[in-house]
Amino acid sequence: MSGYPISIQESIKKLEQTRSFRLTQEIPRLSFSEREQLLKECHPDYRPDSIKEVRVGPNKGERLTNKLADLLEAKSSLKPDKIDLQFIDHEVDILVIGGGGAGVSAALIAQERGASVLLATKLRIGDSNTIMAEGGIAAATQCNDTPERHFLDTIGGGRFKNKKDLVSALVHDAPLMVEWLKDLGCMFDTHDNGDFVVSFAGGQQRRRVHSCKDTSGLEFMRVIRDELYNRKIPVLEYCPAIELLLDEEGKSAGAILKNIETGEHLIVKAKAVILATGGIGRLHPCDFPTTNHYGATADGLVIAYRAGANLLHMDHIQFHPTGAMWPEQMLGQLITEACRGNGSHLVNINGDRFINELETRDTVSSAILREVKDRGNGIPTPTGKEGIWLDTPLINIRGDAGKLDRMFAGIVHRFNEYGIDVRKEPIMIFPTQHYQNGGVEIDSDARTSVAGIYAAGECSGGVQGINRLGGNSLLDIFVFGHRSANNACEYVKKVKVGKLSLRHITEYNRQLDEVGINNGLTSPILLPDYTREAVKIKSYN
Amino acid sequence: MEEKLVDINVMGKLYQVPEGLTIMTAMEWIGYKFTRGCGCRGGFCGACGTFYRLPGNYKLQVGLACSTKIIPSMYLTQIPYFPSQKALYDLDEIENPVKALLELYPEIKKCVGCGACVKACPQNLRPIDYIAAALRGDWKEAAELSFDCIMCGLCASRCTGELVPYNIALFVRRYFSKSVRPKPKHIIDRNKEIREGMFDEAVKALASLSEEELKKKYDLREFEKL
Ligand SMILES: Cc1cc2nc3c(=O)[nH]c(=O)nc-3n(C[C@H](O)[C@H](O)[C@H](O)COP(=O)(O)OP(=O)(O)OC[C@H]3O[C@@H](n4cnc5c(N)ncnc54)[C@H](O)[C@@H]3O)c2cc1C
Ligand code: SF4
Ligand code: SF4
Ligand code: FES
Repeated sequence: MSGYPISIQESIKKLEQTRSFRLTQEIPRLSFSEREQLLKECHPDYRPDSIKEVRVGPNKGERLTNKLADLLEAKSSLKPDKIDLQFIDHEVDILVIGGGGAGVSAALIAQERGASVLLATKLRIGDSNTIMAEGGIAAATQCNDTPERHFLDTIGGGRFKNKKDLVSALVHDAPLMVEWLKDLGCMFDTHDNGDFVVSFAGGQQRRRVHSCKDTSGLEFMRVIRDELYNRKIPVLEYCPAIELLLDEEGKSAGAILKNIETGEHLIVKAKAVILATGGIGRLHPCDFPTTNHYGATADGLVIAYRAGANLLHMDHIQFHPTGAMWPEQMLGQLITEACRGNGSHLVNINGDRFINELETRDTVSSAILREVKDRGNGIPTPTGKEGIWLDTPLINIRGDAGKLDRMFAGIVHRFNEYGIDVRKEPIMIFPTQHYQNGGVEIDSDARTSVAGIYAAGECSGGVQGINRLGGNSLLDIFVFGHRSANNACEYVKKVKVGKLSLRHITEYNRQLDEVGINNGLTSPILLPDYTREAVKIKSYN
Repeated sequence: MEEKLVDINVMGKLYQVPEGLTIMTAMEWIGYKFTRGCGCRGGFCGACGTFYRLPGNYKLQVGLACSTKIIPSMYLTQIPYFPSQKALYDLDEIENPVKALLELYPEIKKCVGCGACVKACPQNLRPIDYIAAALRGDWKEAAELSFDCIMCGLCASRCTGELVPYNIALFVRRYFSKSVRPKPKHIIDRNKEIREGMFDEAVKALASLSEEELKKKYDLREFEKL
């Protein structure tokens, strides 16, 4: 029995009929210039209403993704004159903000190196994009692979906009990070002889993604979180940072946290701050659904920006080609690239392929949008949307009958809940917002442009250029988690923090007034608001 | 199109919501704004474990609020947190893992084999089996049987022996992955090369190329075959 509505089943038959032909079909890769052409025609970044100018702050005059620009032009949610900075609740060397992979790895390393550390996070520790990562971590660990190859793939994937020193750091540290995770007890997929299993990701010329089934991020996150507990590193959950603190010289001095369960504010004095607040998905850039966790609201960008740190590449958002389109309950949820990496095809309503599935994400997403919107080759759903097939049964056909169960247990399980057997039937997909690409600009020591403020992971910018390759983010968070901690530890040995100040907030608000901006918003928003209009109206707020 | 509304009962209060939503989106439709009980929204983080019953059926059912479709007339409560204990340990210091397991989690011997944990697991795991495997010292089996655990805590909330199965499993998996499984030679060799700086020159040379030269190299890459 099919888990799909009858109206869709016809096109599944077509897909089955073309399977044997498709298995022999080679679709050549696009050249770099063909790719640029396709992106400019079809990628959501190039829609005229996707970006907008920000009129204050370090990136003044630049055009950024519009939902972020709005939050940068919003007033601080804090009333600076109401806060008494005399009452310090916590005083530490290093405050880590964000409890995903970047934050937790930074906290582990900083404590190992002797710093006093406090980790503050918005929800529970681990409620993050990291825990959702499926495919795995990229590293050139195989004998047919090298860091140079990884460098070239990453920088071309990023459309040559990446900061080269950051990419050099990334590919250099990659195999070290895989070993670090293995030593902590992460359960990587292995061959019978113990060697790591590696898979393809789009745009990577070698198999180099190391996985833990299709829940790699869950495995990494639960292991490093366990280690954080073992080392008794202090953690404040449900306490997001709502502004950073500077001293009179404009150096980092800590942050103000807000307990979102009680409303109480906490003042943390710290010599250095490591920002690791993750991504932007819950702002729904370009109004797409998202794969991101509930707390991905770009808070780190907003507070760092007010403190004077500049952003990089925030005009380019990553849309992942394969977000779930059916069942509706799963709309926008990620179907890992490893499905394509292990041989699934993308197929239109006529049963045809239309792009080499292992092109970079920006390319594949654009090709899907072209196929559906421009060429009318999408498969209509009963609720009036359109999608494309991801031919998952091919994974078992090309591999062996148990491969989906072995490597993609999570997907098999999640679709099974809705009566869809992905071993026998394809998955309907459509692009979904996935990754932030840019962020707070860092250098290869993870320093931002503000002394004492470091950034690591998805909230940072420069590593991935304007399009990230699969597997490179789980890598990024550990590489720069480590680097930020190492460098912050050196920094705190030397620095003296002066008197705490929120003058930058007052000043920022003043600049907004000066330009005459009053968009009625306050930021950071901390959590998205999914309340229905009908309910909102009746709450008379 | 008129949405068809169905009854659901959230923590004792009756509401009408459109059919087809998940428990989480139904609660948001009602007007709940989550701080607890919602994390990834995709079935990975274990923040949203939910118990429910259906009228006329004594059976206690479980699901993840973010990925379970509502059933008309269901009455539910979320368990966003359940008190648990976690043993502290240093993996590097563990010499005799069986002894360590019994010392860290002595309550493991109190497992009575009742199977309540199996009924409580939204991931369809069988804690009873992975606990038994751990007790036998079968690390591989225990690690593999527990791998899909999202640490939601529901099994611990039902456990007759007052175990916290998921924390026991995490210790077992970490020990197994670190110490039972060998470290692949290819990673040891590669990291020796990395530490010796074997690739530094080549990467530096690439990084010094102009964008035009890099683009040329990029288009000429040869891909490993799928
Ligand atoms: C579904 C999915 C699948 C993915 N799969 C892969 C993959 O296979 N391979 C890969 O390389 N990459 C993958 N990625 C990308 C990768 O997982 C993320 O980019 C990466 O894990 C981000 O890590 P992070 O630590 O920077 O941020 P996160 O893991 O998102 O952590 C940020 C943390 O900061 C907290 N926070 C936010 N704001 C505040 C605040 N104001 N104060 C305090 N705390 C705050 C958040 O609650 C969260 O805990 C995937 C992403 C998603 C969403
Ligand atoms: S084993 Fe326990 S903690 Fe893990 S998913 Fe199942 S019920 Fe949740
Ligand atoms: S509920 Fe507890 S006592 Fe019962 S089988 Fe499971 S682990 Fe054992
Ligand atoms: S919200 Fe993470 S599992 Fe449901």
